[in-house]
Amino acid sequence: MEKKNKILNGFLTALFAVLSLAWVYPVFMVLMNSFKKEQAISTNSVFQLPTADTFAGVSNFTDAITSKGFLSAFWYSLVITITSVVLILVCCSMCAWFITRVNTWVSKTCYYLFVFSMVVPFQMLMFTLASLSDKLGLNTPYNICIVYLGFGAGLAVFMFAGFMKSIPLEIEEAAMIDGCSPIRTFFSVVFPILKPTMVSVGILETMWLWNDYLLPYLVLDRKKYMTIPILIQYFRGSYGRVEMGPMMASIVLTIVPIIIVYILGQKHIIKGVAAGAVKG
Amino acid sequence: MEKAIKKYWPVFLLPTLCAFVIGFVIPFAQGAYLSLCKFQTVDKATFIGLSNFAKAFADTQFTHSFWLTVRFTVVSTLLINLFALTVALLLTRQIGGTNLFRTVFFMPNLIGGIVLGYIWQILINCVLSLLGKPLLALNATYGYWGLIILMCWQQIGYMMIIYIAGLQAIPNDYIEAATIDGANSWQTLWKVKLPNLMPSITICLFLSLTNSFKLFDQNLALTGGEPAHASELIAMNIYNTFYFRAGPQWKGIGQAKAVLFCIMVVIISIIQLKATRSKEVQQ
Repeated sequence: MEKKNKILNGFLTALFAVLSLAWVYPVFMVLMNSFKKEQAISTNSVFQLPTADTFAGVSNFTDAITSKGFLSAFWYSLVITITSVVLILVCCSMCAWFITRVNTWVSKTCYYLFVFSMVVPFQMLMFTLASLSDKLGLNTPYNICIVYLGFGAGLAVFMFAGFMKSIPLEIEEAAMIDGCSPIRTFFSVVFPILKPTMVSVGILETMWLWNDYLLPYLVLDRKKYMTIPILIQYFRGSYGRVEMGPMMASIVLTIVPIIIVYILGQKHIIKGVAAGAVKG
Repeated sequence: MEKAIKKYWPVFLLPTLCAFVIGFVIPFAQGAYLSLCKFQTVDKATFIGLSNFAKAFADTQFTHSFWLTVRFTVVSTLLINLFALTVALLLTRQIGGTNLFRTVFFMPNLIGGIVLGYIWQILINCVLSLLGKPLLALNATYGYWGLIILMCWQQIGYMMIIYIAGLQAIPNDYIEAATIDGANSWQTLWKVKLPNLMPSITICLFLSLTNSFKLFDQNLALTGGEPAHASELIAMNIYNTFYFRAGPQWKGIGQAKAVLFCIMVVIISIIQLKATRSKEVQQ
């Protein structure tokens, strides 16, 4: 029995090793092609490694960075993601605390509206949202975070509220009796307890914001600001012929930072996703 | 304490609520109203009643997209959850390299839909051209299966993480007790593990159902709806109705389609949550 199990487990390890290689292959393929010359990236030879003839060095990367606007897109994506995530974490945790601690019809209505907003597909409000944010001037990377706070509030409030129901009230009451104002109670007592949930929500929102395409595409002033997903899509849409080299390089430049962050924080990311799901 | 907090509502509630009104409530209400209007911009709308809905149902492209989306959602949800659960069950046995495999399988989730779509478009087109078959842009069946492969590749890792967390939360005593009572591993799986896993299954089914039903980015990047809108899922059909159809009536019809889409998603979510919640057991 023991021996049989060992053989089976060895077989499974081998199977998963092969599967894992298959899983990362698409990423490897892009990496490989980003070093090839333009003509060498045709549909027939995508699987071939670059040879002396087709090796293009880093020219695709320099092209993507210097002439295709990659750096500015990267910057805008970074600004949007960071400002929105910070805003969502701070505002939504405060809002969720209020909703769970104050029991009135207002907080109940808000809570159900937030939950409802998680389900509604973006297509339902894309047109009206784009025109409203245009009118209010919320169409630059520096203040689009307000739109994101509104549209992303549902998930964050829901998760924070779910966690807060399990925090014992006594801790907060003790702080209040000792003379803390609600604001101080929240920031020095509740906020630290929320840390694990903060990590989960932060990770889920970052994954969404960094990769979001349609919302910034419709809301941002398109001629001035492109985020990374918009830039990648733009390679396809607007030029008559797709410039495969710079596109591959841009994809690599997009993926590499994500993978580095992932490798550094994979434990937190995987835990955060699992915890987020359990609470949902 | 409640009273003390209540006074501070401008600090705690107001910022999020304002943003929520701008980012959700107003656009949602306007969108619902505009579905009954003929309009080009939000401000210039004339009320025309339900005729947008009638036209939406009469649009064969819309009905085609709807049934395609249903087929796509059913197949991808089943495949994703089946594979994710299998992988989770195998990875929770004590085999070597579990952490590494988990990391690898989850990786595609960090890459955005647009980028994923292009990577797979290049890959699938290359395979097809080596086999001498028509490319993705020419054959809707390949586009459909391409999307399913892409969704599996992306979502299996995510659902697997949730299933693994669920499996690890089952107390070991349960499984030991079952083994002592003489249950084989198959019986343990069906009678002990799966019933205790129902909360995870609910969540995973819910996530994969709504993700597939609302899919847009991957669809846009992988096939772009080619050939001739044949591989266009419902979200993309709405988008195209809004922005790429000539004629003043189409924005209203697009909004009507969006309302129908929204109602469908809400109904699916409610049914699905009710159906699986009733099967959950209390630990």
